[in-house]
Amino acid sequence: MFLALRELSFARGRFALMGAVISLIALLVVLLSGLAVGLTNDGVSGLRSMPATSFAFSKGTITDNAFSRSLVDPQELAAWKDAPGIASAAPLGVSSVHGTANGQQIDLTLFGVEPSSFLSPAVSRGERLSGPAGIVVSETARAKGLELGSTVTLDRIGVELTVVGFTKGQATFGHVNVAYVPLATWRLIASGTAKPGPPTQAHVDAVAYRYASAVAVQAAAGAAPDLAAIDARAGTVSMTKAQAFNASPGYQPETLTLTMIQVFLYAISSLVVGAFFTVWTIQRKHELAVLRAIGASAGYLLRDGLAQAAILLGAFTALGVGAAVALGALMPSTAPFSLEPAPVAVATVLTIGLGLAGAAVAILRISRVDPLTALGGNR
Amino acid sequence: MNVNPAPSTLAQSTRAQPAPALDLTDVVLDLGDGEASVRALDSVSLRIEPGEFAAVVGPSGSGKSSLLAVAGLLSAPTSGSVRVHGTEVSGLGPGAAARFRLENIGFVFQSGNLIPALTAADQLRLAARLAGNRRLDPEPLLRAVGMERRAGHRPEQLSGGERQRVGIARALVNRPPLLLVDEPTAALDRRRSAEVVGLLAEQAARFGVAVLMVTHDHDVLGHCDRILEMVDGRLAEAAAVA
Repeated sequence: MFLALRELSFARGRFALMGAVISLIALLVVLLSGLAVGLTNDGVSGLRSMPATSFAFSKGTITDNAFSRSLVDPQELAAWKDAPGIASAAPLGVSSVHGTANGQQIDLTLFGVEPSSFLSPAVSRGERLSGPAGIVVSETARAKGLELGSTVTLDRIGVELTVVGFTKGQATFGHVNVAYVPLATWRLIASGTAKPGPPTQAHVDAVAYRYASAVAVQAAAGAAPDLAAIDARAGTVSMTKAQAFNASPGYQPETLTLTMIQVFLYAISSLVVGAFFTVWTIQRKHELAVLRAIGASAGYLLRDGLAQAAILLGAFTALGVGAAVALGALMPSTAPFSLEPAPVAVATVLTIGLGLAGAAVAILRISRVDPLTALGGNR
Repeated sequence: MNVNPAPSTLAQSTRAQPAPALDLTDVVLDLGDGEASVRALDSVSLRIEPGEFAAVVGPSGSGKSSLLAVAGLLSAPTSGSVRVHGTEVSGLGPGAAARFRLENIGFVFQSGNLIPALTAADQLRLAARLAGNRRLDPEPLLRAVGMERRAGHRPEQLSGGERQRVGIARALVNRPPLLLVDEPTAALDRRRSAEVVGLLAEQAARFGVAVLMVTHDHDVLGHCDRILEMVDGRLAEAAAVA
């Protein structure tokens, strides 16, 4: 690195310019990573936090928006409960509602779950689900003005639901805060027979509607149940939890778009760094020929060149990542943005690694420099 | 004039004497292929003893640079033998040739050919590090060439003569038995030319290094022990300088 460090200092203007480009790319990559994680959280954190391993939908349901399209009946649920390798199976109702709370309009995704089932959410504040009028809402709904005891009045039908608890962490679905509601209450609302005011036990007991949107399945510990075989018997179609993310509205297009932008940025980073080191190596061709002539091995010069690229990429990527983390801290809490250590580390490693790969291809030219060109009046 | 003298006529008795610093025997170098092929060196034989300062003069295109290239292991001869400090080197591959150059051959180029990013002291340190010496103190060598006060200066801050002085010091860092010098005064005025070649002769004598210098500049030949002339790829003994 003797030569590498001195060249970095000598041509600091050129390297700073290149470094600025690397920093900007790292900044963009990390910000996009934060946006991707934030959007993923916004899209599927409600599903992700569920202790289910798979979901079963009514047969023929297409993946997109499967939760709002599917209807499963008690027979299908029973088939899953009795299936081998399944620890638990519970009905899950999913629907979107609009309402008003504290004079402000609010959108919610209702997750109808049986309060005694494994789907009933743990709470960070307040109480767990119990009574027919109580709801447990996502912690992020507090930013919308909801507090314990707040009443949400659903538009048009006038059903009044009271916030009794907040989930641990974010629980959103399709970028809308989730409100967990007892399945019986969800069925009351879904059946269209609800009356204005808080639902009572008498109201929900009177509902004949016995459907749910899907069956949430929890595989027995260590078991790998044959979902296709159970589907065939139950007359359903299953998705693993990860596959079910694609059933969240807009999830797949959003993640694909962001992934594509990130891939392009990585490719651009690699190409830009490669182009810079190609020009840099060509400019140093005579100097490299002199070094080869006085006895420097190609290996020494290649290692030196790669060390130079690694220092440049490492330093300026760290600068870009640092700036991105600082910018991330300034993001408003309502923005779908979340910087998590693992994605930031992956973005950092990929920016450096792919940049280094681009530089390596360029630096390989060093091995083709002919020391004979050191002779003569080239300098 | 003795054209391409046989080694036996150029060298003194080799008994009980160290191996010649450079010994070329019937070296042929063809450049290009087929009909475009040019014979750059035509049966060249040359022997330079340790401590001897030889100069090669001749018109442009006569083969002077090709002679340096073959002697410096930068070009492999088409045929013939090249021995440096007693070692046959004509068959070495690029990697082995680079290693051999590092320890046995010093180059002084036109205008110094210094590395722009390095100070005068670092030019010497780098040459030493290439040979595995990480603790070189460049000061004595820089003082020997009168450059100790310019140790922290980069090539762009040095005059042409100063660059050549640093180039000479760099070539001597690893104490090679042979120095190959390519037109060292091409970019210098007469006074500087005389100073640089005088310094080269002085340092070569001090370290017991053999020198093969290619030059157009007949004014500096007074420092040389032998003068050879290259014409159309053939080497001839031109004159001896006492």
